[in-house]
Amino acid sequence: MILKDLSEAVGVAGDERRVGEVVIDAVREHVDEVQVDTMGNILALKRGTTGPDLTSKPDERPMRVMLAAHIDEVGLMVVGHDSDGFLQVRSVGGIDARLLPGVLLWVGPERIPGIIGIKPVHLVQQEESRKVATIEQLVVDVGAKNKDEAKTLAPLGTNATFATQFRELGPTVRGKAFDDRAGCAVLVEILRGEPFPFDVWAAFTVQEEVGLRGARIAAYTIKPDCAFVLEGTVADDLPKDKDTSPTTELGKGPAITVMDRSFIADRRLVRHLTSTAEALGIPYQVKQPGIGGTDAGAIHATREGVPSVTVAIPCRYIHSPVALLSLDDYDDTVRLMRESLSRLTYRTLEERE
Amino acid sequence: MEPIPLLKQLSEINGVSGYEEPVRELLRRMWEPFVDEMREGRLGSLIALKRGSGPEPRPGLMLAAHMDEIGLMVTGIDKGFLRITWVGGTDERVLLGQEVIVHGQHDLPGVVATRPPHVLEHAERKETVPWDKLFVDVGLPAPEVEQIVAVGDLITIQREMAVLKNQRVAGKAFDNRASVAALTLTLEQLASTQHPWDVWAVATVQEETGLKGAITAAYGVAPDVAVALDVTFGKQPGVQDVDSIPLGEGPTIGIGPNFHPRLAARLRKTADTHEIKYHIEPVPGRSGTDAWAIQVSREGVPTALVSIPVRYMHQPVEMLDVLDVERTGRLLTAFIAGLEPEFLERLAWDAPAESE
Amino acid sequence: MKKDLIRKLVEAYGPSGVEEQIRTVIRAEVEPLADELRVDPLGSLVARKQGSGEGRRIALAAHMDEIGVMATYVDEKGFVRFTAIGGVSALTCVGTRVEFGDGTLGVIGLEKKRDDASRAPKLSQLYIDVGATSRDDCPVHIGDSAVFVRPFATQGSRLIAKAMDDRIGCAVLIETLRRLEQTPHDIYFIFSTQEETTLSGARTSAYTIDPDLAIAVDVTTTGDTPESHPMAVVLGNGPAIKVKDSGMIAHPEVRDMLVQRAKGADIPYQLEVLERGTTDAAAMQLVRAGVPTGVISIPCRYVHSPSEMVDEQDVENSVRLLLEVLQAA
Repeated sequence: MILKDLSEAVGVAGDERRVGEVVIDAVREHVDEVQVDTMGNILALKRGTTGPDLTSKPDERPMRVMLAAHIDEVGLMVVGHDSDGFLQVRSVGGIDARLLPGVLLWVGPERIPGIIGIKPVHLVQQEESRKVATIEQLVVDVGAKNKDEAKTLAPLGTNATFATQFRELGPTVRGKAFDDRAGCAVLVEILRGEPFPFDVWAAFTVQEEVGLRGARIAAYTIKPDCAFVLEGTVADDLPKDKDTSPTTELGKGPAITVMDRSFIADRRLVRHLTSTAEALGIPYQVKQPGIGGTDAGAIHATREGVPSVTVAIPCRYIHSPVALLSLDDYDDTVRLMRESLSRLTYRTLEERE
Repeated sequence: MEPIPLLKQLSEINGVSGYEEPVRELLRRMWEPFVDEMREGRLGSLIALKRGSGPEPRPGLMLAAHMDEIGLMVTGIDKGFLRITWVGGTDERVLLGQEVIVHGQHDLPGVVATRPPHVLEHAERKETVPWDKLFVDVGLPAPEVEQIVAVGDLITIQREMAVLKNQRVAGKAFDNRASVAALTLTLEQLASTQHPWDVWAVATVQEETGLKGAITAAYGVAPDVAVALDVTFGKQPGVQDVDSIPLGEGPTIGIGPNFHPRLAARLRKTADTHEIKYHIEPVPGRSGTDAWAIQVSREGVPTALVSIPVRYMHQPVEMLDVLDVERTGRLLTAFIAGLEPEFLERLAWDAPAESE
Repeated sequence: MKKDLIRKLVEAYGPSGVEEQIRTVIRAEVEPLADELRVDPLGSLVARKQGSGEGRRIALAAHMDEIGVMATYVDEKGFVRFTAIGGVSALTCVGTRVEFGDGTLGVIGLEKKRDDASRAPKLSQLYIDVGATSRDDCPVHIGDSAVFVRPFATQGSRLIAKAMDDRIGCAVLIETLRRLEQTPHDIYFIFSTQEETTLSGARTSAYTIDPDLAIAVDVTTTGDTPESHPMAVVLGNGPAIKVKDSGMIAHPEVRDMLVQRAKGADIPYQLEVLERGTTDAAAMQLVRAGVPTGVISIPCRYVHSPSEMVDEQDVENSVRLLLEVLQAA
C-alpha cells in the first residue's frame, strides 16, 4: 500500500532523498517526465490528452495544473554531543515538546534506535512535575559510552524521526508523517490513473515544514494556471469542554481550506470542489478557517499569481509519533480530486468581471 | 591588504539598512582594481563581476555578504530631545549611555539617554529601558534641533574599533563587515588566481531588515551557485557551547535544509585539502542569513553558508579573531580556484557523491 | 473630490479574498478613464494609463480589500464562531454589527462567563448572532466572510467610516486618474487584493508589471489622540511621506523625490515612521530584481476600527502630490 511505504520512509525536512526515491519508483511508469530540482523537489509531468483546440483560451499552451504534496516530515537534528555520549538535538519543523519524553526514534540513515528519557518521577520535586522540558533540556540516548562514540554514530547534522510502524486498524490506519505522506499517497494514486484533458505537473515538494520552501521554486519553474495542494491536516474531534469547532473530523470526508494563515483559497476553485462533491455525493468538510499553513501559501504568490486551494485528509495527532486517519476519508479524497480535475476547464477560471 | 586596517575602515564607516551609500562607495573604490565590472542593484546592492577563464558559456558563482548594519532612526522631536526607533534588530539593552551620530542636515554628536535612576521606582531600575523611554540628546536648544533634525533621520553608533590581545578586535558592525572584509581579501587574492567560473561579488543591502538585497540581487544576477557570508555566535559567557563556536578556530560551514549538501561537502573538502581550520555548524531551519533568500530565488540556487564567529552580536563591542577573517578569505579563494567548469553537474540529484 | 465616491467605496463589501463587489464599484469608476483594464489571477484590478512614452513605468497601489471576520463554526443553537481576516482586535468587535456577502446581518456578542472578565476578551470568546435558532436555520456557513457595518459620515473636514483603510487610498487613485492630463509615464493603477492578509495581490501584480518605480497609497496612524503612542503624524497636517515602517524602508530617492515635489508645489506634508504596520509597498519593493518604492500615507485615526477617521484636506493634498509626481518627468 503506497501510504504504508511512504509513511515508513524516512525524510526529515532537508534530507528527503529516500522518500523521493520511493515516490519516483511509484510514479515513473505513469508519467511522461520526471525531474528533480536543486532542492530535491520531484516534478512529474503527466501530459494532457487534448490539444489546444478544445480549450477556450486564445494562448496556444495547454492549461497547466499543479498538484503539490510535500515529502518532508518534522524531526530532530543532532547539533551537539555531550561529554557523556548523549546527543543534543533541535527540532526541524514544529514538534510539540510534550511528545518527546519517552519517544523511540530512528537516528540517521542507518536507522540507529535512539530514545529520549527524562528524570524519573520518583526523583521529581512537586513544583517541577508539571513543567514541560524544552528541547534544549532533552538529549537523545543511542547507548553510546562517550562523546567520541556518539560523534561517530551520529555526527552533527544527522536527522532523527519517530520510529513508527504503519498499522491498519480496520477503518483507520496509524503511522507517522501522515502530514504529508497522506497527501503524497493521494497524488501518487491520481498519477497512476487516467490522464486528464490538460497537463498535470505533480510536485512532490521538499522542506514545507521549515517554511514552504520547495513549493516556491517548484511553482516558479512550473508556471501553473492553478494549483491544488494535497495535505494531511489537523483533526480536533476529541471531546471538548465547549461546543466549538472541530477543525476537521475523521469520517466527514476531505477538508477544503477556504483560508488559513498562509493564504486565502480561490473561491472559484473552492466552489468547483464543493459542487463536484455535492453532485456526486462525496462527503466533504470545510477546514476551520485561520489555522495552519500549507504549500499554497508559497505557490499562490509566485510570479503573476496562481489561484490555489488546499484539499486535506483529516489526521489526528499530526506531528506526533503516531497519527491516525480514516481510509474512507483517504478514498473520498482521491475520488474528489479525480472527479474535480476531470471536470476542470478554462471556464472554471474564466476572467473575472 | 592588511586585515586589521581593513577591518577598522569597514567597521567605522556607516551604512545602516536602507542607507548603505557610504559603505557602497567605499567598497566601489576598494574593489575596483580587482574586478571587471561593477553596477548597483535596484535597491542599492553593489554587484561586481570578476570573469573566469573557462570557455563560454561560463557558470556563475555569487558570493553575498551584507554590507548593512543595524541602527536607529528619529521618530519624533520632543522638547529638543529625539525619540528613536530601531532599524533592524537593534538591541536596546546596550544603548543606554552610548555615543551616537545623528545624521540631520549635518552630523550631530549625541548620546542615548533616559531619566536618572534616582527618580524611578525601584522595580523600574531593574528592567531594561524600553524604547519609548529612550531619547537621544544632542545638547542643543529645541528650536535649533528642529532646524537640523527631522523625523526619519538616521542615527548611527559612534565607536572606534579597539585592538585587543591575541589578534582580536572589537567594534560595531562586524555583523557583517567581517564578512565584507573576508570577501574583499578574496577578491584581492583572485586577482592573481586562475578560476574557470565567473565570480559575482555582491555586497547586499537590507539583510538586517528582511534579506531584501539578497532577494533582489539573486534574482538579478541569477547565479548557478551561491555562497553567503555572514557571522555566527562566538563562544562567550552566557551562551551554551552547543549554540556557539570558539573564536580563532576558523569559520563555520553550514549544514542543514538551507544548504545544498554537495556544495557544503565541496567547501569542507577544500578546507581539508588546504589545511584551513573550520567548524561544522548544523542549522535545523532558517539560517537567518542571505542564504535563506538566495536558495529559493527563481528556480532555486544551490547555496552554502560560511560564517565568522563573532561574540556579543548586535552590540557595539562585536568581537572576532582576525585569523578567522583571513581563513575565510583563503577558503573562498581555494574553493573558487578549484571549481571546475563541470562542477554544476556534480550537484545534480542523481550525480555520484564526491569522493573524500 | 466628490464625497459620494468615497461613500460608495467605503460602504461596499470587500473582505480579503472576496473582493468582487468592491472591484465592480471601482471598475465602473475607472473603466471610462483607463487605456487598458485587466483583472489579475489573484483578483487585483489593474488600470493602465499610457503616457507619451518618454518617462518611466510606474506602479501605484491601493488595496481594495478590508479587514473582516470569517465564520469558523456554527453551533447547535445557530450562533456563529469566527476568526479574524486581517488585523481585527476583539476590543473593536464587542457590540458591533457585521454584514455577510449575501446581506445577512449579525451582531457580535461576548461570552459573559470568562475566566478573567477584567481583561480584554479573545476573539474565541466572541460569537455572531444572526438571529438563527439552530444550526439548520442559520444562513451562515463555515468559510463565509463578513465586514463591519458603519455608514459613511462627515463632521467638518473629518470623514469617518469603516474601511477608510484602504478605500480612501482607492479614492485617491481614482481621483488622480480622473484629473491626470499629460504624463510622460506609463502608469499602472493597481487596486490590489489580500493586502490585509498577505500582500499577495500587489506582489503578484507588481511582478507582472515589472515597474521602474512603485508608490503605494495607504493609511497610517497618528500620534495626536489622548495617551497615544508617540508618533509624529498629525491629522490634517498633510499627506505623510513614509520613511520606514515595520515591513520596509522607503527608497531614499523616492522619499526625497516626494518631498521635493511637495515643497515645489507648496503641498503640506509630514514625514512618517511607523513602528507597527506595513503596506503593499513592502511586497512591491521585492519583486524580481527589486523596485525603488515609496508610500504616500493618508493620516488616519482609529485604524482597524469601524470608525476610521481621515481629514478631507489630507485626502485632497494626497491627490495633488500624486499628480505632481505623475505629471512631471
